[in-house]
Amino acid sequence: MRKNKMLVAFACCVFAFLFLPLFIIAVTAFGGESAITFPIQSFSLKWFANIFTSGSFISSFKTSFQIALFATLLALLVGIPAAYALARYTIKGKNMIQSFFLSPTIIPGIVLGFALYRFIVLVMRMPVFYGLLLGHFLAVLPYIIRVVGSSLSQFDFSIEEAAWSLGCGKVSAFFKVVIPNITSGIMAAFMLAFINSFNNIPVSMFLTGPGVSTFPTNLMNYIEYNYDPTVSAVSVLLMAGTIIIMFVVEKTLGIASLAK
Amino acid sequence: MEFLTLNKIDVTYDKKKTVLKGLNLEVKEGELVSLLGPSGCGKTTTLRVIAGFIEPSGGEFILDGRNYTKVPVHKRNFGIVFQSYALFPHLNVYDNVAFGLKLQKLKKAEIKRKVEDMLEICGLSEFADRFPGQMSGGQRQRVALARAMVIQPKLLLLDEPLSNLDAKLRINMRVEIKRLQKKFGITMIFVTHDQEECFSISDKVAVMNNGLIEQYDTPENIYLKPKTEFVARFIGFNNFIPLKKQSGGIFITERKELIQVEQETKLEEGLGTIRPDDILLADETVSENVMNATVGVRTFLGRSYQYEVDSTAGKLVVNAPIGKVYEPGDRVRVQLPKNKIIIVRKSM
Repeated sequence: MRKNKMLVAFACCVFAFLFLPLFIIAVTAFGGESAITFPIQSFSLKWFANIFTSGSFISSFKTSFQIALFATLLALLVGIPAAYALARYTIKGKNMIQSFFLSPTIIPGIVLGFALYRFIVLVMRMPVFYGLLLGHFLAVLPYIIRVVGSSLSQFDFSIEEAAWSLGCGKVSAFFKVVIPNITSGIMAAFMLAFINSFNNIPVSMFLTGPGVSTFPTNLMNYIEYNYDPTVSAVSVLLMAGTIIIMFVVEKTLGIASLAK
Repeated sequence: MEFLTLNKIDVTYDKKKTVLKGLNLEVKEGELVSLLGPSGCGKTTTLRVIAGFIEPSGGEFILDGRNYTKVPVHKRNFGIVFQSYALFPHLNVYDNVAFGLKLQKLKKAEIKRKVEDMLEICGLSEFADRFPGQMSGGQRQRVALARAMVIQPKLLLLDEPLSNLDAKLRINMRVEIKRLQKKFGITMIFVTHDQEECFSISDKVAVMNNGLIEQYDTPENIYLKPKTEFVARFIGFNNFIPLKKQSGGIFITERKELIQVEQETKLEEGLGTIRPDDILLADETVSENVMNATVGVRTFLGRSYQYEVDSTAGKLVVNAPIGKVYEPGDRVRVQLPKNKIIIVRKSM
């Protein structure tokens, strides 16, 4: 095979562009100075300690984790049957319903956030936590429908009919035969929705309120007033967490299942 | 009393497209009946009505004296073999076959015995732990059959079960299906578009066209005595001569030629049909049903030559032995033996 030197150099540049900032952040997390500097002058782990002592990071992490988990589970509960109905039956206006379900991924997040703010906070006056939960549920639902739907579109529904013919009722056949064959799709949808909710800023920004903030919004607020390496330390921990999750996914399902 | 009766079944999609119009079918217990026809003729729809996947908009379906028209699929206890086999990909062969039995809440030991017996009968014993993805088409086909048969169904429905197999395996499998059918004495409805396959295993064949059964008869009768133009065309007749009855066994063509026909028919008017193999290129000595013709295109079929000839009764396709070769433009005499001509009803 002929090696194209230009291509190799170009690929190296792209990787450098992608990874150098991450590398610099990771290094600055271990600096002893009170402001982010690179290269670091002295070594210290105090910024890591700072994360756990400051409290707001821990509580907002908890909030974000709960919101992401519950919103995703709720969205799975609603999204799987919706995706099933869309894949299984020929419904009038099927294409329209499909694009309607996907619209939140196309509409700018800030617009969605503002719309939810008007509705959830101003009109319904929901408690902050439940408002956030509802907002995130709506924001991640399209991902679930999309990913589960694409995995259902490859499912041979005569398998389900075979189960019926063998004496299986419709609901029971759905759990015994359909679900086990789309688990990788459901897992992928779960990961995608969870990460999206966990990272979400535009929706959270509008829906957080006194005493309740999500992890990303908390991080943003922190940076506004402090320029110390705590943020870098947080980033390092998040990256480590992501790497561990990806490793587990790769070992159990294979990364490719997320890209399907 | 028939075992299975379809009585004036109508199926309509979207209130517009009619797929089946007043379809009637009767099947005796233990018979293997094929639904044969081109794609879109309604044969699969008929099968799906029997299976319970489609609720007909009119008519009723009686089996063994009980009205099944509105019984849901999972309460019918019919075995179904799908074109795609539809095995459960997440279960191994043993669990695929045991699926229906587990739902019947049988004892574990009984399930084990029944599944193992069935796997033995289908030659699958050594594959019990395999998953469908690890098996060949023929093996999957056997698993699909075993899974459908093990629940001792009242009826076994097969939807083009052999169409995904290669030619050699297809012949083996159809012998296998026939063997299992005889062994269990099970009533089977078999959907196919392949006439050879259908004739070889069926007790009776229903040739379907446009949502109707054109002819329901034994394979021999369908092959030798088609009743309509559609059936005749479908099984390989391709010479059709418009005829009117003159008297007894004498018919008259549009050009006022007289043709003798041995077959008795009530039709006053119809199409005389004859296979290309049965037409003779005649010499001077015979005079019955002989007409003058001009040779057109000649093609080589291996065992014979096929000629397209322009006769006084219209264009005819003739297969003639390779002994004597005719060239395009040659004048010949063709003879239509009177015992080989069949009068069929013109199809729309």
